[in-house]
Amino acid sequence: MSAPAGVPLTWFLVLSAVLFSLGIAGFLLRRNIITVFMSIELMLNAVNLTFITFSYQLKSNSGHLFAFFVMVVAAAEAAVGLAIILTVYKNRGTLNIDEVESLKN
Amino acid sequence: MQNLWLIPAFPLAGFLINGTIGRKLPKFAVAFIAIFCVMFSFAWTLKVYAATQSFITPVTEHYFTWIQSGQFRVGWDFTADRLTAVMLFVVTGIGSLIHIYSRGYMDHDESFARFFAYMNLFMAFMLTLVLAANYLLLFIGWEGVGLSSYLLIGFWYKKKSATDAGNKAFIVNRIGDFGFMLAMLLIVINFGTLDIATVTAAAPGKAAVTLTAICLLLLVGACGKSAQFPLYVWLPDAMEGPTPVSALIHAATMVTAGIYVIARSSNLFSHSATASEVVAYVGLFTAIFAASIGLLQNDIKKIFAYSTVSQLGYMFVGLGVGAYSASVYHLMTHAFFKALLFLGAGSVIHACSGEQDIRRMGGLRGKLPITFATILCAGLAISGIPPFSGFFSKDAILIAAYHHAPWMFWIGVVTAGMTAFYVFRAIFVTFFGTYRGDAHPHESPLTMTVPLVILGILSAVGGFIAIPKYLDPIFPAGEEGHAMGLVVVSVAAGIIGILIAGVMYLGRPRKESAPGPLYNLVYHKYYVDEAYNAAIVHPLIVTSRSVLWKLVDNAIIDGMVDGAAAQTRNAGNLLRKLQSGSIRSYAAWIVVGSVVLILAMGLTGAGR
Repeated sequence: MSAPAGVPLTWFLVLSAVLFSLGIAGFLLRRNIITVFMSIELMLNAVNLTFITFSYQLKSNSGHLFAFFVMVVAAAEAAVGLAIILTVYKNRGTLNIDEVESLKN
Repeated sequence: MQNLWLIPAFPLAGFLINGTIGRKLPKFAVAFIAIFCVMFSFAWTLKVYAATQSFITPVTEHYFTWIQSGQFRVGWDFTADRLTAVMLFVVTGIGSLIHIYSRGYMDHDESFARFFAYMNLFMAFMLTLVLAANYLLLFIGWEGVGLSSYLLIGFWYKKKSATDAGNKAFIVNRIGDFGFMLAMLLIVINFGTLDIATVTAAAPGKAAVTLTAICLLLLVGACGKSAQFPLYVWLPDAMEGPTPVSALIHAATMVTAGIYVIARSSNLFSHSATASEVVAYVGLFTAIFAASIGLLQNDIKKIFAYSTVSQLGYMFVGLGVGAYSASVYHLMTHAFFKALLFLGAGSVIHACSGEQDIRRMGGLRGKLPITFATILCAGLAISGIPPFSGFFSKDAILIAAYHHAPWMFWIGVVTAGMTAFYVFRAIFVTFFGTYRGDAHPHESPLTMTVPLVILGILSAVGGFIAIPKYLDPIFPAGEEGHAMGLVVVSVAAGIIGILIAGVMYLGRPRKESAPGPLYNLVYHKYYVDEAYNAAIVHPLIVTSRSVLWKLVDNAIIDGMVDGAAAQTRNAGNLLRKLQSGSIRSYAAWIVVGSVVLILAMGLTGAGR
């Protein structure tokens, strides 16, 4: 098997880096918890893309395996995370991350 | 196997029982345990005495090896020869009597069990000391009796003077102990062992200067424990302790440890003429010096304390002139009559509700007949009046001193006269005339008078126990020769002393005359304590305050510790800013860190 014609490896990696950076930016800059949460998912999937790319390139299954692991973790995280977000909203009536800071002090 | 270890083990068991659960036990149980343990030691000594034909050959027992380092070995070994036997009988016998006496004397004390626990602890260490077969084990006993002495002097710890006296005794003894330790080191270096029998057997082959150094250092140790000049200052202060303690530890047994060590090392001393001479000088000077202080004291226990110092001086003279058996003889008779004097004094103090000043007593003869009779026995014994016990032993020392150097004999005779004077001064002022205090004196209970009577009998006839003959296998007798003239002179000195005391203190009360400068000098004990304070204690305190406390401790040591703490706190303050508690700032830091790492890897080419 070879790479799809006309799409070099570098493109996949650049796309992955862009997605990851978007994720970071979203995580650091957005205030809404759900957006922040989605940014995390974005970063995880950016990494997944890298794994799959290299796995495809190197003809190795390890990358696939890792990608599946990450997906499982992401799914679990989504379940737990959304539950937490729901509870936070019920208790505090807000989804602004700057107002949920009981760790401070 | 004679199981010598049982002798100290029983008092130790008594200490453990009374020291742990004694407070919960009733008084009779505490006293029973303590007295039983000591009497058991006495009984076991008797049993071994009978089983070994009066210790005709030394009994040595090895229990276990304590220290093993190359060729050097120290074992937990006990040995008992005839010298040990005399000490064992004195310590356990008089110890038993004083324990019984304490039952009555300490009856009203709230720390009854603590007192008996300490007393038993003392007995255990003292018996370890006399049974030890090597210098290191002996040193354990030596330090242990020092510890018990400290604990018992400061027994009434709520009294500042008592705790001060305890500290003084302990600190002054440390000086002596240091000498003892140096002596042990020298012995190890030169003999390769601390085993007393081996060391004394090897002594003749060693250089005189080595032996002299060892002996002089041992003498420093002995001076501390046996209260010889210049380390005697702790003993008069030690009278702050309960009176039975003064009788047992500071008159009859512990203070004779120095005598015992020198007698035990007699083979070292007899091969060093210089060291022996120094021992005799120290003893002679202490004897007359302390006796002169005793002349003018008014506290009944202080009088007897200085008398103890003086009598120990006599024993040192005996050791110094080579009359070891005479010294041990005097050690034993002194233990009888001095323990009796102290117990009698205790009985008087008990009767007068704690009063110790003889000027506030008087006329007690009729009220305390038993105490009076027994104390009179002791007084005659210490004055060397025949046939009381002190006569025999004191004359044995004085005659030996005469054969060594006649002038020593004459100083000894003057001291004997002074001794007779101050003891009878105390007796006359206390028991004759009219009562001058405000208490209601009464005779002491049976537990106190029975030991007094037994000791009274021993003081009267104890001189007939022929110690020099018994010790002959250990200390070969020198020239004996009963010089009748010398005996008459020393007895006459005693009688003259008693007569002068009688003339001055019997009958009408003495007019107070203005004290002269000599009187003041002696009354203030030659200002020795003041001199020590000015020369040693005060400079030490000042240096400690200004240099060691303010500079070394406060500035340097505290500075380093506080500085380390302050730097840690500053660093913490800085790092604390990172721990903001805001998740987003943590994430930002992670990003910054990753970017820096990636940049670094990119720049250094580590990724390739």
